[in-house]
Amino acid sequence: MKSIKRFFARVVSFAIKRAQDQRLQEEIAEHIALQTADNMSAGLSPAEARRQANLKFGAVEAMKEDYRSQRGLQPFENLLRDLRFALRMLRKSPGFTIVAVATLAMAIGANAVVFSVLNALILHPLHIPQAETFYGIQHGNDALSYQSYPDYLDLRDRNRTFDDIAAYDVALVGLDTGENPSRAWIFLASGNYFDVLHLQPFLGRFFHASDEHGPNSAPYIVLSYAYWHIHFQDDRGVVGRVVQVNKHPFTILGVAPPGFHGTLVFFNPGFFVPLVNQEQVEGVNDLNARGHRFIFMTMGHLKPGVTPAQATADLNSIGSYLEKTFPKDDDQRTFALARPSLYGDYLGKPVRAFMTGLMLLSALILLAACANLGSLFGARAADRSREVALRLALGATRSRILRQLFTEALLLSVLGGALGLLGSFVLLGALSNWQPFSRWPAQLPVNPDANVYVVALLLTLASGFLFGAVPVRQVLHTNPYEIIKGAPRGVARGHITIRDVALVVQIAICALLVTSSIVAVRGLMRSLHSDLGFDPNDSIVADTDLSMSGYSGERALQMQKRMLDAVATIPGVQSVGLTDWAPLVSGSGNDSTVFSDAATDFRPSNAAAKPYMFDISPEYFQAARTTLRAGRTFTWQDDQNAPRVAVINQEFARRVFGSEKNAMGQYFKMPDGTRIQVVGIVENGKYQSLTEDPSPAMYLPFLQSPSTQTYLVVRSDRDPAQLAAAIRSTMRNLDPSLPVYMGPWNQELATTLFGSRIAAITLSVMGAIGAMLSITGIFGMAAYSVSKRLRELGIRMALGAQRKEVLQAALGRAFKLLAVGSTAGLLLGIMASRVLSHIVYQATPRDPVVLAGVVAAMLLLGLLATWIPARRALSIDPAILMRED
Amino acid sequence: MKQKADVPQGTLALMVLKTLDVLGPLHGYGIARRIEQISGDLLAVNQGTLYPVLLKLEQEGVVASEWGASENNRRARFYRLTREGRKQLQVETQDWQQTAAMIERFFAAKAEDLS
Repeated sequence: MKSIKRFFARVVSFAIKRAQDQRLQEEIAEHIALQTADNMSAGLSPAEARRQANLKFGAVEAMKEDYRSQRGLQPFENLLRDLRFALRMLRKSPGFTIVAVATLAMAIGANAVVFSVLNALILHPLHIPQAETFYGIQHGNDALSYQSYPDYLDLRDRNRTFDDIAAYDVALVGLDTGENPSRAWIFLASGNYFDVLHLQPFLGRFFHASDEHGPNSAPYIVLSYAYWHIHFQDDRGVVGRVVQVNKHPFTILGVAPPGFHGTLVFFNPGFFVPLVNQEQVEGVNDLNARGHRFIFMTMGHLKPGVTPAQATADLNSIGSYLEKTFPKDDDQRTFALARPSLYGDYLGKPVRAFMTGLMLLSALILLAACANLGSLFGARAADRSREVALRLALGATRSRILRQLFTEALLLSVLGGALGLLGSFVLLGALSNWQPFSRWPAQLPVNPDANVYVVALLLTLASGFLFGAVPVRQVLHTNPYEIIKGAPRGVARGHITIRDVALVVQIAICALLVTSSIVAVRGLMRSLHSDLGFDPNDSIVADTDLSMSGYSGERALQMQKRMLDAVATIPGVQSVGLTDWAPLVSGSGNDSTVFSDAATDFRPSNAAAKPYMFDISPEYFQAARTTLRAGRTFTWQDDQNAPRVAVINQEFARRVFGSEKNAMGQYFKMPDGTRIQVVGIVENGKYQSLTEDPSPAMYLPFLQSPSTQTYLVVRSDRDPAQLAAAIRSTMRNLDPSLPVYMGPWNQELATTLFGSRIAAITLSVMGAIGAMLSITGIFGMAAYSVSKRLRELGIRMALGAQRKEVLQAALGRAFKLLAVGSTAGLLLGIMASRVLSHIVYQATPRDPVVLAGVVAAMLLLGLLATWIPARRALSIDPAILMRED
Repeated sequence: MKQKADVPQGTLALMVLKTLDVLGPLHGYGIARRIEQISGDLLAVNQGTLYPVLLKLEQEGVVASEWGASENNRRARFYRLTREGRKQLQVETQDWQQTAAMIERFFAAKAEDLS
């Protein structure tokens, strides 16, 4: 009690220090005056009375010191003094401060970013209650989790280890709210979905298992919070509204809570619709098809006390029941548990491995940064050994001096940490809002939470102590007598130290990263200009699915013809073609096995090839600028009444017919036995990814092989935005309820290039961090060697050494290390490019630009790092230096 | 260093409390003079050490202080015992007497008493 009271009194008097000093001063004066008066009345002379009074009072300064230490918060005052001193020291050497803070900011920022992503992806992916007992069910033999609806029902009803099991599928629908029809990605979810997740609605109500009464019995919608916010402007009146989903009326029941965006961490569905309404949403009813595994994932909470192993055993016993009961549809039904948020182990495993690797790497970066800063700090401490010696000689304790040094280190690390955290906020904010694929609602909310702050703070303090500890030994062994006397400091040279090796390794890694990033960027640039088998520039792809507006069969075909005619009349449109999917446009793709003309056995193993399959209009090749090499393209006469024909690409011709010449006019068969004649051959192209090998492809006339999937390729050199607006209004005139997605074709490539781009960005960022580290490393080493050899260099200059010789003496070693490290890194980088070529199309190190780029980058880095030490070495004035000692 | 200072400081504090108890509000010099008169040489030199003790007591809330006029009409800081201080003085006096009595008995004991 008393000590607490005293503590507060101390805090108060710390704040009003000045007033209290005044009071003490007055009290002392009064005390001595009274004593003097008494002494005088005892008969002493005024001078003697005063002297005696002072003697009796004792040492005033010692008492004041005692009084002050009683009064305020001594440690805190010391800390403030240290801080003020540290700030002054840092301000005196802005170069060092900037380098140190920037390095730390980068290293700590990198850690904060990586940890945030790790936190969002793996540690706390789903914002649901009791997430730790929540598991997804995947196949035992592969990492996929598809189930059929009847199998799901059996799993749900027969298990004894789950509270309940929910299921969902992903679907794309057209939503018509009465204005502006749009496409939306949704979850088709089992009725118990929200109850299994233990969620409460933000608004209205959820659908429940009790709402399901057979196929299409529950035309309800639960909106996700984000979708409600963006598309319904937070309108609380949406509950109860009826909207059209693929032309079927659905009632909005409620809105999901804000943090919840589905059970896949990277995919944010717009809303949720009961799975029993699959037919209205997807056009087919698979609810009774045990062999058709269309459900994307099943999942649930384990019962309290049940271990994952017990649950797996329970599921597997249901699996063997299914195998026995439905041998035709269910073979090999084994199960495993996995976290559902990253689609089980399918993405979970690689993502976990990648993130763990990245986390490890960033920890290494921080460690390397601390090592570099440590040597910088050591160099500074050596520079200041005179100051330290003087303070020791004046009676400062060593612990006091160490505390001062640590204050400086921690101040630096806190500055760096704060800056790094700030930078990571910006980066994470951008990352959270980033939608890499405009067609998919793929978004990763990675905003930092309390965990991230704690980790960043711990890392900041730990790194401060780590690099602050480097000069400790130096200080503890300082002999003030020797230093002040001016004894020469030992100069270690010649032999290779661990510090040298560490520096070379850092430089090598930096050069490796720089090489790889230049290779990746060059590859990326080249792949934008490579031959794709079509020309993605000056063209817009508009896509829609006519089934979203209720078209099918002949009506769909008529609509497609009207669309082609209407778009062709838009001013500036050179040509327009139709296809059921467009090459390199994400999310689309279609293929089929084909058989030789002689085939009678149509099992997949007997197929001649498995080409990509396009259903196209006659003008498609012209619009896509795909070169016809032989034969003809389609005409409007190639319809249902004409013989079946196809145009194939070179690879198809080579694989199935041996050569292009042999292929013309020949026949092949489809899996249903239809004979098709080859009437034309087009060039090869890229269809699904830029890194794929040449693949066979065939084109069929859309009049003979109709599809509701509609991609219009519109070629025009008009401004894409204007053109898109014109196309949109044309489409709206044809059918206002049809949702259309549109984008320049070359932007679609961005999706295909996603992997390369991420690789290039990651490598560049890491290369930049590596460069930063190398700079601080070289800078630290060079600065240290210059300051250690200051006197030697001074003598050399006094004896007439030229600038060149001085520089060589001061920095030769640093540049030698730089050369060794860069060469090693460049060689490693060239080797690593082989690996890189799997991710980045056309990545090759055999490119003069790469070599020149790496050499230039490393040279620049060396110059930057040695600039300040070199200036310092050259500015030595031998006369001053000699006089100093 | 602190360990050694504690004993006389504690004693000094107790003396200060007792002095204030007996004589009522006093300024620093007055306290020092009384203690010197009674205890002889304890405060014959280093009277200044009294002030840190007074500060500590004030921070603990057992004494309070305010400005007043001294006998020669100058501004002086007067200290007085608070209610809490009176209580503490009682407790400490008792403690002290017990300790003193115990030590006295201990010193008075002879070898045969201990066997």
